[in-house]
Parts: sequence; C-alpha cells; structure tokens
Amino acid sequence: MSNFKAVGSRLLQLALVLWAVVTILFLMFRLMPGNPMAAYIDPTFTLEQQQQLMAQFGLDKPLWQQYLIYLGNLLQGELGQSFRYREPVGQRIWILLPNTLILTFSSLIIAYAFGILAGAYLAWRRGSWVEQAAIPMVLTTRAMPEFWLGMVLLAIFSFSLGWFPAGGTRDPGAEYSGLLDLYTSRDFLAHLVLPAATLAIYSQGLPLLLMRSNMLDVMKEDFVTMARIKGLSNWTVVVRHAARNALLPVMTSFAIAVGYQLQGNVVVESVFSWPGLGRELVNAVAASDYPLAQGAFLMIALVVILMNLLADMLYAILDPRVSHA
Amino acid sequence: MPEIAIPKSTISKTAGIRRPHIVVRIFQALKLPVNDPFAVAGLVIYLVFVVAAVFADQIATHDPTEILYTPSYDLAADLRPGQDGFLMGTTSLGRDIFSQLVYGSRSALLIGVTAAFMVALIGSIIGLVAGYFGRWVDAVLMRLADIAFGIPFLPFVIVLAAFLQPSIWNVVIAMALVLWRDTARVIRSQVLTLRTRGYVEAARVAGSSDFKIILRHIAPNILPLSFLYGSIAIGWAILTEASISFLGFGDPDSISWGYMLQDAFASQALAKQAYYWFVPPGVCIILVVSAGFFITAVMKTSFSRS
Repeated sequence: MSNFKAVGSRLLQLALVLWAVVTILFLMFRLMPGNPMAAYIDPTFTLEQQQQLMAQFGLDKPLWQQYLIYLGNLLQGELGQSFRYREPVGQRIWILLPNTLILTFSSLIIAYAFGILAGAYLAWRRGSWVEQAAIPMVLTTRAMPEFWLGMVLLAIFSFSLGWFPAGGTRDPGAEYSGLLDLYTSRDFLAHLVLPAATLAIYSQGLPLLLMRSNMLDVMKEDFVTMARIKGLSNWTVVVRHAARNALLPVMTSFAIAVGYQLQGNVVVESVFSWPGLGRELVNAVAASDYPLAQGAFLMIALVVILMNLLADMLYAILDPRVSHA
Repeated sequence: MPEIAIPKSTISKTAGIRRPHIVVRIFQALKLPVNDPFAVAGLVIYLVFVVAAVFADQIATHDPTEILYTPSYDLAADLRPGQDGFLMGTTSLGRDIFSQLVYGSRSALLIGVTAAFMVALIGSIIGLVAGYFGRWVDAVLMRLADIAFGIPFLPFVIVLAAFLQPSIWNVVIAMALVLWRDTARVIRSQVLTLRTRGYVEAARVAGSSDFKIILRHIAPNILPLSFLYGSIAIGWAILTEASISFLGFGDPDSISWGYMLQDAFASQALAKQAYYWFVPPGVCIILVVSAGFFITAVMKTSFSRS
C-alpha cells in the first residue's frame, strides 16, 4: 500500500517536472532577446499561411492565452511546422529518433559490457600495478571532450587509414527498400562504427568505476566471507557471489546513462554528420527553425526525465532494501 | 631582509604549540590531499595552466588573432610545427597555434573558475537553506532540483547561447541556472545530519539566530564539500565551453580551446592530417579536466573514510 502511494507521488512529481520544463521552454522561446516571438511564423510563408498559423498558435493573443494554447497543442502532440523542411515537426522527429536511439544503445551496450567486466577485474586485482595504471587512464577518458575524441578517430581511421566512412549513415546514392533493410546493411554498420566507438570509449568509465567500487564493497560482506570459508574457488566467489550482487546498481545507472548520452549525442552526431535528434537540434537552432528546435529539445528532455524515473524505480525494485521513503 | 635569529626552541617554549603555516592550514581546512601523487600531479597541472593564463602576454609568441606572413611575404597558412619559426605551426588562416593555445588557457581558467564558484555558491546556499529549515522550504527547493535534473544541460546551453549575445559567459549562466542541483542535494543531506548535532542544539538553546547558526556552525563543516563540487564544476565548465564553441555558438572574439577545435574542424584539418593543429587543444582540455578529477577522486575517498 505504501508502495502504491509512493509510485503515485513519484508520478505526480514527474508531471510537475514535465510541466516545468515545458513552461521554461515556452518562456525561453517567447521572451528571449533575439525575438523568437513569432516562433512559428516563417517570413517566407504566404500571408494566408501566416494568418492561419497565427490563429493556430494564437500569436495574436496575450501571452497567457498563448501559453494555454501552447499547452493544449502539446497535449495533442502538435509541435508545429518546421520552417526548413515544410513538414510537421513531429514527423521529422520520428524520422530522426531511430538513428539517435540506435547510436545511443549500441554504444552504451558496448560500454556497459566492457565496463562491467573490466570493473570487476580491477576490483579483483586491487592494489596490483594493472589497477594502479588503469584507474588514471579511465579518469582520463572521462576528461576528454567527446567531439575531440571523435575528431581524432575520424582523422586516423577514416581520413588516414580509410577503414571507415567519414560521416552520415549510408554511402551516397545507396538505396534501401526499408528501414530494416538499411539498419542491417553493411553500409550502415560501417558508418555506425566510429560514432558508436567514440561514445562507447567516453561512456565506459561510469560503469567501470561503479562496478569496481561496488565490488570492493560487496567483497567485504559476510556472505562473501562465508563463500570463502566454504572453500569455493576464487573464481566462483568473485563471479557467482560478489559480481552478481555488485551488478544491481550498475544496471540502474544504465537508465541515467541513456538520458545523459542523449545530451552528449548533440556534439558527436555533429562531428559525424549523423542524422539524429542532437544534430538536428543544433542545426535548427543555428538556422532559427524554432519549432523544430523546440520539438527536438522537448523530445530529449522527455527521454531524460523518463530515464531518471526509470532509474529510481529500477533501483527500488531490484534492491528490496531500498524503501520508497 | 636579515632575520633576527631566535632559536626555534625558545619560540615553541614561549608561544606554546607552533601553528602550521597558513598555506598548510588552508590546505587542511579544505581537505586538499597533499600526500597523494596523483593529487599533487593535478595541483601541478593547475599551477602550470594558471601561470600560462596569467602570463599569456609574455609567453605567447604572436597575437593569437593576427594573420601572419612568412619572411618571404607569403600567407603563413598551414605551416607545420617549427616551419618558419612557428613553434606549433599555423592555422589555415595563418594564425599561430602555440599563441592560441596559450591564450586559450586564459578563457578556460576564467570560465572554469567563475562557473565553479557560481555552482558551488548557489548549490551550497540552496542545500544549506533546504537542509536547515526543512519542511516546505525543503520541499520547494528539492522540487526545483528535480526540475533542474529534468533539463538536458547541453541542449539548454545551446538554446540559451543562441538567444543571448555570443559570449563566454553563456556557459557560466547556464551552469549557474542548472548545475547547482548536484551540489545542493549532497549538501542538503549533509546539513540534515549536521543540524541534529549537539553543538548546533546548544547554539540554538543559547539563543543564536538561525542565520548565525548556519553561518557559524554549519557552513564551515560543509565547506570542503562545496569545494569538492566546485572543483568538479571546473572541468564541466571547460568541457561545456568547448562543446558550445565547437558547435559554433561560442564567442567569436575570444580564443578558447573549443574555438580552436571548431576552427580546425571547419578548415578540414582532419582531412589534411593536421594533427599538430587539433590534438594540442584537446590534450590541454584533458590535462586540466583530469587534473580536477585526480584531486577530487582523492578528496572523495577521504570523505567516504571520515
């Protein structure tokens, strides 16, 4: 019963955060200097189109009414019309979202697989020279600007060695019958390698360091000592008993990492001309395509907020010692 | 100036226990780790970059924005390191890379320190107030933190930078508006335990005002934590500024490492294999940011131990 109530209040909180972010976005796009007051009107639209849009978004009305109309439109999933693409923002976002998600998840899965194994290994080899050398190296990967890492990989593996293409998702002129056909093609995967590697190298530090410190904590616990006393082999103790328990918090951090990665994508997608949400946001802001910029921002914020919620929930579900207090 | 020789033994006898040097005391108060090799390396890196930033005018060999010419009156474009006396080569527009690098440390320092100060200050104040007063004050401030956690930071900076005038301060403003959240949460939970301590209770019974209790009895205890989160924020600020400049929303009038990388990327430095151009700014960023990590990593373990 208390759990039920806790989930309810958490969802209420989610609604509050969503509303606040949406409101901040509204104020930013309407009140900022640089006059995006007419955020939805492209000067090249015909007068009729302009008036129709003015009415649809209520730009001729006072600010509070505009705000209500804006909220109403959002609730119906209406994000406006992109200036540059002359198509609904929602449609544009649905085209870009898969690219961003594929990049995010492929890089994070690699990063987590590597980070968990390496973190467990480093905890096991605590105090050895391997650990002493590895930890500063991992910290260094966390200190890299992601786009710079992408630039270096591009220069080496694309421009110098010619192993991988320099950007985009497919070779010029390549045609595919459908999305599935594209995503499973050799062409697409070759384009995916460098951006995914960039993000993976940057992201592996978090699971690695988390796994290591959790392992070190778990190894001190009674049940691990018990397993040792039972005479189980070192391998069995480390992998079957310690690692399994150390894994829980690392898995919940995956959700947070997804939300975080989506923000990092903004720069990496730009380096590799990867047609995703982040790059579109940058381009839309640069080209004053406000409806599209606003839509892309909202989509990223939505994923971040949902992932924060998911992490909280997962944490409580996976570890029964955590209460919903 | 000749010092008057007084035997040390007499000082310690007359003045009682000698207090450690003021620098050592500051280090101790902030829990700065002075006996860990990595932390010391981090402090040394900081020192080198601070010196470079302060004495940029003396260290740099050229004006970083000036378009330069070779002795034979050709545009000094895309020169390799050492060619025609340009230490680290030149950019495609004939600007000196070494001088840009040196001046870049100035913007990095400026942004890093101000952003860190703002984040630590705002985060500490909100954490202190929320933790000390509790109840609805706490509830309101922590919901504000939830909202701040719901804002994707880099996209937020991009939109902000696009609407405001291009300036290096956009990053600082954005960080002050959003990134206080982590500091505030940690400090709040620390204050929650501190305010139940005996001496706080005693001060309250003795009639001290809330303001005085916070300032005298609680704030000094969270100072090392504020410092820790401030140091982390230095790295964040430099990385964010680099990203923003790289995406083209930076201040075109100030030379920063991010600006250099954007310039290199836009000028096809990758295809030209001009590693001497785009590797050094990245290495500088890594050095400064990881220096902060090394220092804070050691501080964190000393916190969890105590």
